Amino acid sequence: MTTSLAFTAALLFGVGTYLILQHTLSRILIGLALLSHGANVLLMGSGRRGTPPLIGSGDPDRFADPLAQAFALTAIVITFGVSCLLLALAYRSWILTGTDEVEDDVSDRAIARGGHPDKEITDEEAWHEQSLDLDGASQDTEPAGRP
Amino acid sequence: MNALLPLPILLPLLGAALSILAGRSRTAQRVIGITILAAVTVISVVLLVAVDRDGALASQAGGWSAPLGITLVADRLTTIMLTVGSVMLLGVLLYAIGQPGAERNHVGFQSVYLILAAGVSASFLTGDLFNLFVAFEMMLTASYVLLTLGGGREQVRAGMTYVVISLLASALFIASLALLYAATGTVNMADLAGKMAELPPGLRNAFAVLLIVVFGIKAALFPLFFWLPDSYPTAPSAVTAVFAGLLTKVGVYAILRTQTLFFDDISRPATLLLAMAGATMLVGILGAIAHDEVDRILSFNIVSHIGYMVMGIAMFTAAGIAAGIVYMVHHIVAMTSLFLAGGLIEHVGGSSRLARLGGMVRTAPIVAVLFLIPALGLAGIPPLSGFVPKLALVDAGLVGDHHLIVAVSLVVSLLTLYSMAKIWSAVFWNPATEEPEQETHVVGRLGGPPLMVLPAVGLVLVSLAIAAGAGPIFDLAERAAVDLLDPAGYIEAVLG
Repeated sequence: MTTSLAFTAALLFGVGTYLILQHTLSRILIGLALLSHGANVLLMGSGRRGTPPLIGSGDPDRFADPLAQAFALTAIVITFGVSCLLLALAYRSWILTGTDEVEDDVSDRAIARGGHPDKEITDEEAWHEQSLDLDGASQDTEPAGRP
Repeated sequence: MNALLPLPILLPLLGAALSILAGRSRTAQRVIGITILAAVTVISVVLLVAVDRDGALASQAGGWSAPLGITLVADRLTTIMLTVGSVMLLGVLLYAIGQPGAERNHVGFQSVYLILAAGVSASFLTGDLFNLFVAFEMMLTASYVLLTLGGGREQVRAGMTYVVISLLASALFIASLALLYAATGTVNMADLAGKMAELPPGLRNAFAVLLIVVFGIKAALFPLFFWLPDSYPTAPSAVTAVFAGLLTKVGVYAILRTQTLFFDDISRPATLLLAMAGATMLVGILGAIAHDEVDRILSFNIVSHIGYMVMGIAMFTAAGIAAGIVYMVHHIVAMTSLFLAGGLIEHVGGSSRLARLGGMVRTAPIVAVLFLIPALGLAGIPPLSGFVPKLALVDAGLVGDHHLIVAVSLVVSLLTLYSMAKIWSAVFWNPATEEPEQETHVVGRLGGPPLMVLPAVGLVLVSLAIAAGAGPIFDLAERAAVDLLDPAGYIEAVLG
């Protein structure tokens, strides 16, 4: 049982790592989800196996370790919340850029070219340009941060 | 006194809830935020005095006894970090209220900021490795929201990098927790300290390295720092100032706590940590020299100076750790004031690119002074706040025969001075070489809105106070370092 859990965790870690190294956001997201599943499986495997740990239901020596399960539950809830936020960010990124690609950093690219970025674009301007590009779609792309 | 322990976590959480309820009135929200953080500051100071007098305090929230329950512990290191952190959080909150921009008016800003404060306090106070994970997540989730609150393209791009790398670090943290729990059957830090000694040396060594990687990502140690200079500069300067001052330090704190508490001299990877510290200093400062935006230069300087703290920690002597702790205190205040000054520069000059700024020593002399003092302090010029911890680090390094890292740290100090001088001459001394694209703001006598300038002045005064009171602060840090190297008091406070 522990061995199969270990193999499952290893498989999830492997696939997750491969996906995170891809260049599209959706794959990175799935990769992260798989990675945290792997960590949770590992957490489940870290406690003792046994019968359900309910007081009075049997011999306490044969109970499963409830602490490991509580850890896993907490970790799952936290990962769930952060994944939702990440999905929202990915959606926003898709609205703003129209692609699913991970962008390079503007300033880094400039340094790599040995020059300086041609033009500094503020959020305001980037947003303005983008809304012109998307034309009619501007209504539902209004950034939530605006009062 | 034990009843005070949960308050630095509970009060900000309560404030965050109240802040949401008071969502219609920005004024009410601001009053709540300022009151709560001021209260947390007072409590931290009270705890610091009490702990320094009587030794470590521990409380078991929920009434379950030590290895099972939720343990909160305050020893000298915890309370030092809490005090500096809460002073800084309060200063930056005032600055954020004064800063013009969309984010500060966002209905969620104050409550998310308070949740960040709760997460930071929880990370310092927790006596339980799993709760450290929860506290990290609380702090990080709040920081994701603060970073991307504006919703602009750059912020989303940078936020994405930041969230993905943090999630990856969290998954790694959970995995190491699972392995630790499987090996020892406990996650209580004081209990782990005893149980860890029973494990085979190779396994202990592996755990030590695993924890360094997990916390090294948060602390932005070489080679795990690449996310930081990409993501920090996109946020508004108040948010970046908090991140720069506190978040990486929480990672350094976790490294210091876990390495000293869990592992003995044989299983600590001291040489690895020293090598990482040296590389962090060097690569960080070279990045700072290559860039030409105020925010970026400062961000790379954060990375570089994390190296100094880790250098002190990695010596694992009382003198080295004490120097590392004082360096952390100095760096939190100096770095935050630099970012606040950077925000003022951007506000006055309309850009953060060096070529577009210039001549501000005449247009905004107060901002120039506000930048110069922490900048020189960061480089370690006497008599400012960076001098004493740097001298102590070099001294501890020479005593411990770590000549190479001492040489690196001295060279990096010079390069820090160079990178600060680069900002100084381009922004304040020389005329601008390109026309600014955004409008520059007509500045009053202060050089910016009073609520932006005054908190920056306050933090600079705090850094001067650290320089003036370096003797007592160093003694306190030395007592904290002795506690860390001999954790019997800590373990006894928790396990009884």
